[in-house]
Amino acid sequence: MPPLDVPALVLRNTHLSPDYNVLHLEAPAIAAASQPGQFVMIRTAAGTDPLLRRPFSVFEVLRDAAGSPSGISVLSKRIGPGTARLYDAAAGDRLLVLGPLGKPFSLVSPPAEAWMVAGGVGLAPFATLTEALRSTGAPARLFYGGRTRADLFYLDWFASRGVTLDLATEDGSLGAHGRVTAPLDDALRARAASLPVTLYACGPEPMLKAVAGLARTYGRSSQLSTERIMGCGLGGCYSCVVRVREAGGAPHFVRSCLNGPVFNGDDLVWE
Amino acid sequence: MDLSVRIGSLVLKSPLMSASGCFGYGLEYADIVDLSSLGAVVVKGLFLKEREGHPPPRIVETPSGMLNAIGLQGIGVHRFVREKMPELRRLGAVVIVNVCGSSIDEYAEVTRILSDCEGVAAIELNISCPNIKEGGIQFGCNLASTGEVVAAVRRATALPLIPKLTPNVTSVPSFARAAEENGADAVSLVNTFLAMVIDPETRRPAISNGMGGLSGPAIRPIAVRMVYECAKQVRIPVIGMGGISSARDVLEFMIAGATAVQVGTANFVDPFIWPRLQAGIEDYMTRHGVARVADLVGTVDF
Ligand SMILES: Cc1cc2nc3c(=O)[nH]c(=O)nc-3n(C[C@H](O)[C@H](O)[C@H](O)COP(=O)(O)O)c2cc1C
Repeated sequence: MPPLDVPALVLRNTHLSPDYNVLHLEAPAIAAASQPGQFVMIRTAAGTDPLLRRPFSVFEVLRDAAGSPSGISVLSKRIGPGTARLYDAAAGDRLLVLGPLGKPFSLVSPPAEAWMVAGGVGLAPFATLTEALRSTGAPARLFYGGRTRADLFYLDWFASRGVTLDLATEDGSLGAHGRVTAPLDDALRARAASLPVTLYACGPEPMLKAVAGLARTYGRSSQLSTERIMGCGLGGCYSCVVRVREAGGAPHFVRSCLNGPVFNGDDLVWE
Repeated sequence: MDLSVRIGSLVLKSPLMSASGCFGYGLEYADIVDLSSLGAVVVKGLFLKEREGHPPPRIVETPSGMLNAIGLQGIGVHRFVREKMPELRRLGAVVIVNVCGSSIDEYAEVTRILSDCEGVAAIELNISCPNIKEGGIQFGCNLASTGEVVAAVRRATALPLIPKLTPNVTSVPSFARAAEENGADAVSLVNTFLAMVIDPETRRPAISNGMGGLSGPAIRPIAVRMVYECAKQVRIPVIGMGGISSARDVLEFMIAGATAVQVGTANFVDPFIWPRLQAGIEDYMTRHGVARVADLVGTVDF
């Protein structure tokens, strides 16, 4: 389906912390079409400043009383003028939302397990992935890291959907002390090679790089969701490139909006 | 209502074109934009060979604009002709190709290859990209080189030839005249303004190339002034661009002297902009009793 651009009504803005918020947006057609790992481009202001749209993973697909898709939510972290606008958005505002865009995750089925690895706002693509995995029946586990316990959100949401949680904080205030890739490493080492597992990761690039490395070490496949600066989300501007090496070929830049944002971890070449 | 405009031997159904580098190869937009409804689709700059472009970050937002140094990543002219042109032809797009080169020979060679390709309607000669070391702007910032490269490419093609001018010179009209004297059928302007953004926290430039080209609404009044000045000094058509985001802006450029316009950065913000621009132009023509959009060109009351 071609992407749609809709003036979505802000239904609710929930502040999770002084930096993080979740916006509920009314957008039934985008909600119905979106697949786990896809993203939308949101225009955060009507005028020319900020000018460009900002990319956001579809966080949740919202449903009405009858269970039909009615909208989406996005998880946002305030890091600049665009995300500051979204932090301050109020119910009743309208925001232009373009999507769904990009290549989604591919799902695994039992006996394979899905191990999701999230750093900070990189949690965003994993709620829809969790819902989709429930339909395949693949057991899901979430390795989730942040600076401190106040930066980890939606823990009950994931737990109530049967996701096993492995948490890590850099200050040790919740879960393992340090990076989330440490408990991931332990778990990969403990898992018998005969039991399949696929890694799904989204977060800061050093984390993605580490996950790709662990996947290689333990002979597991990985799907990494990249978060590059994007100008348009449609392949027009060539801003959001990542370097990939496709079978046999030399490394070259491809647009993460069209060829991603989800890439096979083995294909990505890190600078 | 007549929206057609004439660029050399080319009659376009509308004055609206995509700006090079802001619309991919056109096909990226085929499922949301009727490419045949545009006056022309100007595709991304092409060299003879494929190019990697600069490492990211390649863009940064600025007040009402953006800075880019993509570095002309591209598939090269041969793959373009093979992989993109058949579909562009099938969709009925009027295709203008933005031609790049590191030497006069390369500009001429790329142009010759495109001239043999069915469906290429015109050549836009990119002598104005501020973001690469060799080629591009080194030709566009020197009057003699501009004349030389335009003359050489003129000998290589019978297609309408449209040198694209840089604003990064003291007098853009003298470059427009040099293009005209050497056989150009039109000129397009402006390419981006060489600019820089530095992050004080890290003391590093915001994009990997250090400097980049500024585009978007921030540059519009300067671009309008340059189009106005050039249109007064040449007889060939001027294709105007720089920050166009609404029908009002299209009309401003045309009244300043542009025969047609290109839209770049605004397409990133709103890829569904094209029918809205056209409707706005038609609404203006109705309100002002203008039957032919071409009658508006250069009608500034000053
Ligand atoms: C991301 C980006 C890439 C561009 N690439 C090219 C290019 O390949 N060739 C070219 O002649 N101009 C290129 N330009 C310049 C535009 O075609 C246009 O001249 C300029 O952006 C001003 O118009 P605007 O303000 O509507 O964007 C590029 C501009 C941007 C923003």
